[in-house]
Amino acid sequence: MARLSAETMAQARELMSLYPDSRSALVPICHLAQAEEGWLSPEAMEEIAELMGLAPAEVLGTASFYEMLRTEPVGRYMVSVCTNIACLLNGAYELVEHAEERLGISVGATTPDSMFSLEEAECIADCDRAPCLQVNHRFFGSVSDERFDNLVEDLASGRLEHDVPPHGVLCRVRRQGGLAVPAEQVRAERAEADRAREERAAAAQAEKS
Amino acid sequence: MALTDVAPIVTARLRHPDSHTLERYLATGGYAGLRRALRMEPEQVAEEVNAASLLGRGGAGFPAGRKWSMLRKAPVRYLVVNGDESEPATFKDHLLIERDPHGIIEGTLIAAYANQVAQAFIYVRGEFALGLERMQTALNEAYENGAVGRDIFGSGFSVDIVVHPGAGAYICGEETALLESLEGKRGFPRIKPPYFPAAIGLYGEPTIVNNTETMANLPWIIQHGGHAFAALGEGSSTGTRLFALSGHVRRPGNYELEMAKTTFRDLIFAPVLGGGIRGGRQLKAFIPGGASAPWFGPDKVDLPLDQDAVGKAGSMLGSGSVIVMDDQTCVVRAAWRIVRFFYRESCGQCTPCREGSGWVEKVVRRIEEGSGREEDLDLLLDMCDNISPGLSWPPQQTTICVLGPSIPSSIVWAIRMFRDEFLVHIKEGACPYG
Ligand SMILES: Cc1cc2nc3c(=O)[nH]c(=O)nc-3n(C[C@H](O)[C@H](O)[C@H](O)COP(=O)(O)O)c2cc1C
Ligand code: SF4
Ligand code: FES
Repeated sequence: MARLSAETMAQARELMSLYPDSRSALVPICHLAQAEEGWLSPEAMEEIAELMGLAPAEVLGTASFYEMLRTEPVGRYMVSVCTNIACLLNGAYELVEHAEERLGISVGATTPDSMFSLEEAECIADCDRAPCLQVNHRFFGSVSDERFDNLVEDLASGRLEHDVPPHGVLCRVRRQGGLAVPAEQVRAERAEADRAREERAAAAQAEKS
Repeated sequence: MALTDVAPIVTARLRHPDSHTLERYLATGGYAGLRRALRMEPEQVAEEVNAASLLGRGGAGFPAGRKWSMLRKAPVRYLVVNGDESEPATFKDHLLIERDPHGIIEGTLIAAYANQVAQAFIYVRGEFALGLERMQTALNEAYENGAVGRDIFGSGFSVDIVVHPGAGAYICGEETALLESLEGKRGFPRIKPPYFPAAIGLYGEPTIVNNTETMANLPWIIQHGGHAFAALGEGSSTGTRLFALSGHVRRPGNYELEMAKTTFRDLIFAPVLGGGIRGGRQLKAFIPGGASAPWFGPDKVDLPLDQDAVGKAGSMLGSGSVIVMDDQTCVVRAAWRIVRFFYRESCGQCTPCREGSGWVEKVVRRIEEGSGREEDLDLLLDMCDNISPGLSWPPQQTTICVLGPSIPSSIVWAIRMFRDEFLVHIKEGACPYG
């Protein structure tokens, strides 16, 4: 049974403590878990459920709603070609055809060596560089057929290792800093500040009249 | 021309390649707005935003100051910044998140102080990997700098911000779906009423949801005053706004323009802006406010970029994205692709949206592929009428959220404007543009 690393578990606990209700950390934790194997295995989801005090079905129920959370394995590099309106107007479907040919797979499939998966994406908000695509959610714009071929080569040879981490790795920056006191304390202090402010306002009002 | 006279507000520092760093942010006047706000009473800060008549930049265009005033007396409140940008052809928040994360954080802090909120969340679209890294880095820097956290800048005010990643779902941009998502659930929109975020929001508590660009305007408004902001633009369309221009123009991109002072013609054709249609072609149609908006023909090109004017003309300025189609565009295919988007992104709660989008997509695809029938056009209009009765603008709503009534826009207006072209597809079984 696959086990999430101690590091991931520690980060997951940290995430849970950030929210007034720890369930809010579910999607961020799914991202973390996905970074380990590139997808969310049933074992990983079970472990998340156990950690968060949820039923495994609740984890799957949430995870299955979101495109980015994969409940089946994908290639090391997920190539997502946008075909939405601005990209369509700029040759996106021709690019998809080229991608299928170059990778030797159709949309929705993964190469036999598990290196590349190909999908059609909805608008990725990079429309001024249409046609554009993402590889593991890293942007590549104004993609000609030639640029696509070069990109595939660079990825396969590991030249883009840093720019494009393996599938599932999202935000590599960890949170530092925080309130350092419980939110309840902040709220109590705020109530006090509110009262003081109201008194000031009342005093100002009294002065006027 | 009034195109370049006004100094930019939200893109001011983007000419620096390192605009996302704290160093550059401080060197270009960063966090001065927050410091100033902290010396004012929270009500005064809110009053400045009211005076600015800052319209929300997320699509619906509701005045931010008015939204805030609904919350003045509520006990526990949250502030949620909507950075889920996924409306097709909208790419302005993406720019701000990657290139000016501190500006968004400073705006968020000003809004938190004005509303005395102790906990804010910045919900960033999951696909923005670089944006998430930049935003988290900026937040870490802001903590270290004392701008966020305990007793910020020695003011006695404490506030925490959490950067929260989405995971790929257009519907989570809708504010109540976003709150569900933030609670760790599927992104199902809630029924309004009663679930207006200002009344029953995150964890059932009163909550403010504002767009990223809305936040990014706040430091300037506090620095220069609400009236200075309101002096820009015209009528209810105040300040400047980011317009995302895409499609068949020579110079697609984000342009920050004074509201209402520029026309669609300027945006599309001015050499310093869109630069005209590519390849010497002609303008066939454009969509003025994101894929959900009804289409306009060349006859509407002289309308100003003004929320009310566009609304009166039968569409919306929406998310501020303008999609340009040249005279060789197959409108059947364009309309099909937009409907397919809504079909794929419908959350499935409401029958007219879930079933309707699928049926409309199927019939338009049939026409596009050359096996349509003449009756299909009336069938399509009829199906659209079932989704949004009357096929008018603003649309009637039979669904929980307005994704439903957005489905007919592209199809209905494409048929109304280009019925002949649909008929050619049907009669010849092929597209006249190959
Ligand atoms: C289907 C749908 C998608 C939406 N997507 C977004 C979005 O990506 N970003 C956004 O700010 N607002 C989006 N909105 C609007 C939000 O519901 C909300 O009105 C907005 O975030 C409020 O911010 P504002 O008042 O600052 O504009 C969407 C609305 C709908 C119905
Ligand atoms: S209108 Fe569509 S997207 Fe909105 S709640 Fe209903 S089914 Fe979901
Ligand atoms: S339409 Fe392709 S990135 Fe927006």
